[in-house]
Amino acid sequence: MIAEIGLFLMSLALALALVQVVFPAVGLVTQQGLWLGYARPAAQAQFACLLGAFLALVYAFLSNDFSLAYVAQNSNSALPWMYRMSAVWGAHEGSILLWSAILAGWTFAVSLRVHRLPADVGAVVLAVMGAVSVAFLLFVLFTSNPFARGLPSPSDGADLNPLLQDPGLIIHPPMLYMGYVGFSVPFAFAVAALVCGRLTPGWARWARPWTLTAWTFLTLGIALGSWWAYYELGWGGWWFWDPVENASFMPWLLGTALIHSLSVTDKRGTFKSWTVLLAIGAFSLSLLGTFLVRSGVLTSVHAFATDPARGVFVLSILGVAVGGSLLLYAWRGPKVLSGGTYSTVSRETFLLANSLLLTVSTATILLGTLYPLLVDALGLGKISVGPPYFNLVFGLLMAPLAIALGLGQFARWREDQLPRLWRGARYSAGAALVVGLVIGILVDGPQRLTAAAGLTLAAWILFTTAMGVRERLVGRASLSAALGALPRAFYGQCLAHTGFALAIIGVCLTTALSTEQHARMAPGDAVSLGAYEFRFEALKQVQGPNFQASEARFTVWHDGQQVDELHPQKRIYTVRNQPMTEAGISPGLSGDLYVSLGEPLDGQAWSVRVSFKAWVRFVWLGALLMAGGGLLALRDRRYQNATSPAASDAALAQG
Amino acid sequence: MRFLVPMAIFVVLVVVLAVGLKLDPRYVPSPLINKDAPAFTLETLADPKTTLSKQDLLGRPVLVNVWASWCSACRVEHPVLLSMAQNDKVEIIGLNYKDTREAGSELLQAHGNPYRQVLFDPQGKLGLDLGVYGVPETFVLDAKGVIRFKQVGPITPEAWRDQIKPLLAKLATSPAP
Amino acid sequence: MKRLRTALLLCALVGGAQAADTPFRFDQPEQAARYQRLTEELRCLVCQNQNLADSHADLAQDLRNEVYRMITSGQTDRQIVDFMVARYGEFVLYRPPVSPLTWLLWFGPFLLLVGAGGVWWAVARDRGVSAPDATEDAAVAALTRQDKAPS
Repeated sequence: MIAEIGLFLMSLALALALVQVVFPAVGLVTQQGLWLGYARPAAQAQFACLLGAFLALVYAFLSNDFSLAYVAQNSNSALPWMYRMSAVWGAHEGSILLWSAILAGWTFAVSLRVHRLPADVGAVVLAVMGAVSVAFLLFVLFTSNPFARGLPSPSDGADLNPLLQDPGLIIHPPMLYMGYVGFSVPFAFAVAALVCGRLTPGWARWARPWTLTAWTFLTLGIALGSWWAYYELGWGGWWFWDPVENASFMPWLLGTALIHSLSVTDKRGTFKSWTVLLAIGAFSLSLLGTFLVRSGVLTSVHAFATDPARGVFVLSILGVAVGGSLLLYAWRGPKVLSGGTYSTVSRETFLLANSLLLTVSTATILLGTLYPLLVDALGLGKISVGPPYFNLVFGLLMAPLAIALGLGQFARWREDQLPRLWRGARYSAGAALVVGLVIGILVDGPQRLTAAAGLTLAAWILFTTAMGVRERLVGRASLSAALGALPRAFYGQCLAHTGFALAIIGVCLTTALSTEQHARMAPGDAVSLGAYEFRFEALKQVQGPNFQASEARFTVWHDGQQVDELHPQKRIYTVRNQPMTEAGISPGLSGDLYVSLGEPLDGQAWSVRVSFKAWVRFVWLGALLMAGGGLLALRDRRYQNATSPAASDAALAQG
Repeated sequence: MRFLVPMAIFVVLVVVLAVGLKLDPRYVPSPLINKDAPAFTLETLADPKTTLSKQDLLGRPVLVNVWASWCSACRVEHPVLLSMAQNDKVEIIGLNYKDTREAGSELLQAHGNPYRQVLFDPQGKLGLDLGVYGVPETFVLDAKGVIRFKQVGPITPEAWRDQIKPLLAKLATSPAP
Repeated sequence: MKRLRTALLLCALVGGAQAADTPFRFDQPEQAARYQRLTEELRCLVCQNQNLADSHADLAQDLRNEVYRMITSGQTDRQIVDFMVARYGEFVLYRPPVSPLTWLLWFGPFLLLVGAGGVWWAVARDRGVSAPDATEDAAVAALTRQDKAPS
């Protein structure tokens, strides 16, 4: 019964979304404002319906309603309730409903603020978001209905994939979707500007908080995914350039370019065409990601159960949404988007370089991800493109980006001179090169160059950021007053750039300095890894709620002192008879100690991997700081005292 | 004009993706097509004292069918192989892959034996040299021992009718070494 | 065809219980490093995008055994890679070889970078600073003030 209510609410949501699209469209065409007013209540009612539908599905899982095919395929009565709840988004149908519900949530939030926009622009924004909702709700209702009954219903379910039975599943997808879907707001805004034929600087001021919020969520979502893979998959890898990982990284890269470009459009009224294109691009890549994950076109550990029929549907959505907006861009762009002055050396040009470099990086990842498909489509055979390619090419592209970042922080708006920049940056450059040299000497092995180059760039970023702070504090009476006077957005910027530098440090050092040993060990054996010694003390059998495990007890020693005790497990999940490794991890800022059980060998012996993952936490710490920077920037008073775009246009003109 | 560039790129992208929907990203074509089959010497399944080598496969077109008792898709394929062997007089050499003598022989006794001979490859060595990555797979060798075709997955009646049968007919008319 | 593929996969994975995950001993550390690098750059054909080092599949273990055998019998990395490619095709390499087929892949990013540089140069050079404009000056002055104080 609850499931039928859920299905009904989804259908109702579709109807409301249609109202949300059609009525404002009619209003715009017939120039009758009354029709525009329907967008807001329709959006809000749609959200209420989808929330209800989503809760109905959650209820179905929590109450073990195995008459629903989706619940039967992804749950089990022995599954702990936390995972029964998160199993809702564990497979295709439920996750696409989550996607739609989150879209309705963002639309609802936008509908609360839309009165600050001119009536026509606001209505088009809601209409565009409504159009995306319509597309996805049609997709759910016609090809991916989570409320479909499977008769005869089994007495118990097939259990959730053991890889997903982890707290990571509870937060990673919702965070990711908040980011993906959140980019629909600047997208809708860009389309609205093109449709209504005007783009004032206040447009950027309005769009920035939404874009920053979406970007922050996506940053956290990707970082969570990486961290989750690290501790869950059992061999300590944290990024594989898997097509689905790339599908999340590409919108993030363009989203980063977008927030920077929006900043320029907001402050200087220039880069309009770039900003609009990036806004369209970021959401297009979100849609592309949705396509890649669910269509079966690329092989991936992350891919949902695939179906070419669904692929065709999503491709159509992609084609209409992106094709339509790019057509609009080609048609209206030249008239609507132009202007702005700045000289060859200025902060604007460094930020332009930033947008271009991030776009090239995104295009490169897209090329590498789709190249096997391209080669196959042309009938030229089958190839694979993996980490060796991406690590090399992406790493090389990050170098000019890091350099531009450092200089861009110094450069003045509109006009600056190279000698002044050089004076400001030369000490940072020198110090960074010294750091690189030292690292190059200290680090041994084939990755020496990577470590040295990466640390040089990271040091460059950190030093120039510090210099940037210092420059703003110069000539102030008291330090604390000066620090307090700096806008939060500036702190956000420093924090985020610091995070980027830390992430570079983490990536380069963990690649260069991590070590691993793969050994045959029985209780009583010990293995040494550098200065650490790992002792296999004992093995015991453990019973979990829906699995059985062999659990080993390892002690780790350093210089004769015990440092930690680890409990890696090898689990067999009963329902699916599927094995899973739970690694034993001893976290540390300068590196993790990592033990994972492979397979049982003869007698009491096991194949065991022990590793030292040097500096790996810096990768996620960096991401966390980037997200923190985004949050801090959001709290800037310029957005808190959000005036209407008309007023901020006036303020800008007055200077 | 520059405003049209993104649209143009997107159109190319969609075309590639649309074509991609019809392809199978997991299918790996064999690099051994039109190359010599690898040399080997293996015991037969039935008798450890009898060995066969590549020489024994020359002189006429043969099929080499990779199978195992633990492979469920092979059961699906089995009746098709039997029909090919009995009705169409196709010579099929079995390659028992990573299996035990007992299990393999038992299956042939229970379900019928479509093979003229069965090679016993418990370590999968010949399988490795043939680039086997799943079971069942079937190779069509011509009279000179050159691999002309590889069927990945079970031979369906359609695959037999549309691809293997015409190929064998063509090979039968070409000169023997 | 898709169903048959799945059945085929099922066979490959289910065959003979979980593969042994044999730890290998090497006499020299360079050999261990070579083994690590090779098994990370070779693809497991039956997996959903994993390398040989991380995969639990039977076939992956067989191929790891081969790599070990070849390293310890003195073969070079080139020979090991050629061995794999001869049997499985270039699909098995995560680092695609540079050939006319992959020129676009390997040189594309560089070309894109050069193109982006050209765009940057063209756009940045185009922008001369316009004749002193009171509104512009005021706007930039406000920005510079903003940078040092709350708005």
